[in-house]
Amino acid sequence: MSMKKNKIIRLTLSYLVIAVMAVIVFYPLLWIIGSSFNPGNSLSGSTMFPENPTLAHYKHLFDADKSDYIIWYKNSLKISIITMVLTVASVALTAYSFSRYRFVGRKNGLITFLILQMIPNFAALIAIFVLANRTGLIDTHLGLILVYVGGQIPMNTYLMKGYLDTIPKELDESAKMDGAGHLRIFFQIVMPLAKPILAVVALFSFIAPFGDFILARILLRSEDKFTLLVGLYELVAKQFGNEFTKFAAGSVLIAIPIAALFLVFQRYFVSGLTAGGTKG
Amino acid sequence: MEAEKVGTTKHAKTAALLSIVPGLGQFYNRQFLKGIIFLVLAASFGIVFGDILNMGFWGLFTLGEIPKVDHSIFLLIDGIIALIVTVLGLGVYAFNLYDAHSNGKKRDLGLKLNSVREQYHNLIDGGFPYLMISPGFLLLIFVVIFPIIFVILLAFTNYDLYHSPPAKLVDWIGIQNFIDIFKIDIWRNTFFKVLGWTIVWTFGATTFQIALGMFLAIVVNQKDLKGKAIIRTILILPWAVPAFVSIMIFSGMFNETFGAINKMILPALGLDPQPWMTEANWTRLALILIQGWLGFPFIFAMVTGVLQSIPEDLYEAATVDGASIWQKFSKITLPLVLFATAPIMITQYTFNFNNFNVIFLFNNGGPAVPGQTAWGTDILISWIYRLTMTSAQYGKAAAITMILSFIIIAVALWQFRRTKSFQEEDMM
Repeated sequence: MSMKKNKIIRLTLSYLVIAVMAVIVFYPLLWIIGSSFNPGNSLSGSTMFPENPTLAHYKHLFDADKSDYIIWYKNSLKISIITMVLTVASVALTAYSFSRYRFVGRKNGLITFLILQMIPNFAALIAIFVLANRTGLIDTHLGLILVYVGGQIPMNTYLMKGYLDTIPKELDESAKMDGAGHLRIFFQIVMPLAKPILAVVALFSFIAPFGDFILARILLRSEDKFTLLVGLYELVAKQFGNEFTKFAAGSVLIAIPIAALFLVFQRYFVSGLTAGGTKG
Repeated sequence: MEAEKVGTTKHAKTAALLSIVPGLGQFYNRQFLKGIIFLVLAASFGIVFGDILNMGFWGLFTLGEIPKVDHSIFLLIDGIIALIVTVLGLGVYAFNLYDAHSNGKKRDLGLKLNSVREQYHNLIDGGFPYLMISPGFLLLIFVVIFPIIFVILLAFTNYDLYHSPPAKLVDWIGIQNFIDIFKIDIWRNTFFKVLGWTIVWTFGATTFQIALGMFLAIVVNQKDLKGKAIIRTILILPWAVPAFVSIMIFSGMFNETFGAINKMILPALGLDPQPWMTEANWTRLALILIQGWLGFPFIFAMVTGVLQSIPEDLYEAATVDGASIWQKFSKITLPLVLFATAPIMITQYTFNFNNFNVIFLFNNGGPAVPGQTAWGTDILISWIYRLTMTSAQYGKAAAITMILSFIIIAVALWQFRRTKSFQEEDMM
């Protein structure tokens, strides 16, 4: 009897804990969704379940005459996609050489990458800013993309190298015996086997620029070049709360696609991180 | 020159010596094509980069001599470029010496040298990995390594509002910035105050999120608990929403006059509204709670993965031996989880150490502290940002960046020495 009683108490407590956590998780999210349907502009009058909900803020954002939101969305997508393609390409090449070849400078290269991945690249933001000024890449998307790609290489290379190390080298050796060249082994033997980690790197390198705020804010000046986050931040930061409902609508439109993408690929994130990062 | 002793020659040494002029050693080894290539490379290097190098190093050493004409910071940039070009040049030069020496050695040993055709194949084979890493590596040099060199050099200059080109020149001042940070009262006090909060923040927020995530993972993983899949999806949500959005939401919710926390939640619980945004300690508490919300799902997901891989019979055996729930947790679950996830847990600490976004977006590092360059909740990285962007203390900011980087690198090396990626047996 007492075993059963114990079990009931334990399960009840567990569900209680989970219920409390669920409320804590949902509350802010529902709150922002609710705010986005509130009439009026400011934070002060907004409630989670507005009495007369309105789509006005969404309409406003999509009205190209009144708001640059669509431009920002396009900018963000463009920057993220190009960054993703360039990052995956260069990371695949670099990680493959580090994993498969033994060459002079390899060990030092690996250690350099290891240290570089630890320093967030905006720690050197003065330098990035000054360099962009000097080269005329300030306020251009190209400059931002280059900084993103460069910043992503060390960490993702490490991640990918860890994964490639687990693909047996006998495979490429036997392919070599059969007369396959370097490029052929790379494209036709190793890369197809590395698809899971390629997906992880692609997602990381897409989401990171999409979610980056600080570098974009430093490098981009004119409003039509802004990325989503910079644009949205400017919207609320000027007078906090005054445009809050529009900001809420804008945030919801960012959060939904990213969250959906994320939940679909979440399993790979975890396995990719643990496999590449630590267990090798 | 060619003093031939009994059966020995000195081709290696001679070739290497001749190669001080690039290419000559190769000619000496009768590898004419290679020699010509080296010679042409060296000559064009000198012609193309001669001016850049000359000007670059002059600028790097003097940082300009005439105010309004010489722009110290641009000179510094050009100087670093000259430095990088030189290092790359020296690399090729060293290879030229090495090549002459090793081929000379082959001749000493009486081996046949590779023909042009074989050399070509060797170049393709041996050069392939270099070819593959070069696009990434070049980008890395300009986007990551260049800025780092720049910041390091900047830490030894007096670049600030009063020494700001083009009107004024910037000068080298040795380690004065570091001395100032530790000697001048206002700097020292601010530095240690910020460092103190950075450490409290790092350990407080990270430990909180780890404990919360681990606890929830264990709760949800109980085998008689129903609805695991849906519960897990809910608890992952904060990770899925972009951090920027969540932090801005919280910034609104904690707003003192309009926010839901003060208006709805605290009154509902019978508590008084609190000055979340204007009282540093309340902001700090809010930040740690928010980071807990943002960070626990990641830990939750990872620990769940580990828990699922622990074989059930371990627990069954323990139950048979009469172990209590607590004993099972502390003797089986905790050690296994910590062992598997320790490296990632440590990256969580370094991540929060540099967690600029949450500090900056929530309350701008505020509340402001009158008369200080650092605000109430500034951590080192956001203080650096403030020094750079608002008070134009570039030299000091660079010095602090260096200090911060040393801390991070020390932790990183200590940690990664123990991960498997690093311990592969043929790491060389």
